[in-house]
Amino acid sequence: MRVLYFAWVRQRVGVAEEEVSPPPEVRDLAGLVAWLSARSPGHAAAFAQARQIRAAVNQEFAGPEAPVRAGDEIAFFPPVTGG
Amino acid sequence: MPVSPTVRVQEAPFDPAAESAALTAGRVDVGGLASFVGLCRADDGLSALVLEHYPGMTERAITRIAEQACARWPLTGCTVIHRHGRLEPGAPIVLVLTASSHRAAALESCAFLIDWLKTGAPFWKREEFADGAERWVEAKAEDDLAAARWGGAP
Repeated sequence: MRVLYFAWVRQRVGVAEEEVSPPPEVRDLAGLVAWLSARSPGHAAAFAQARQIRAAVNQEFAGPEAPVRAGDEIAFFPPVTGG
Repeated sequence: MPVSPTVRVQEAPFDPAAESAALTAGRVDVGGLASFVGLCRADDGLSALVLEHYPGMTERAITRIAEQACARWPLTGCTVIHRHGRLEPGAPIVLVLTASSHRAAALESCAFLIDWLKTGAPFWKREEFADGAERWVEAKAEDDLAAARWGGAP
């Protein structure tokens, strides 16, 4: 599973992307966030403000209940500010 | 059949006149061409905006929004160009062009696209100031409301 981070989420985690293999009990985005948060203090800091974080699964916006599977491309980022 | 929009995400500047000409060249059915150019504003001593995006998803998200506009209004053409990278005050950031036989379709679809680009395309703006300070621009609730007035999400 490839995980991408953008904007201040990337700055806090400390890397722009990483390859991870969460255990089988991680089934959705909420579970993945909980599992990633334990990886490092940077991850914990990035995900501390969970309400400020948005996500995408395979380049589609997705909510906390969205399923995640091996091989997915997952992204975490702040609310978007384009235009 | 709705027209296919032209969508580009690029670091380079764009040429609104050339892009407008491309939507009207050789045709006599275009009665109105609406255009919007978003520019980098120098608020509070801002020296530059740095736009980060999600390559791949950005193009997909904008294309989906633009295809919605082409399906909802009878457009003869639609172009969306969004820049990324470091942009100084006065620099153009985004171009939206919509062409139609009638003005209402062109104007309304142009406004729809601008509103959805703010809330539906994965871009993040970081402000750099003359004194070296930096800060990420926060999403605004009023932008969500502006997008919501058009109905369901693209």
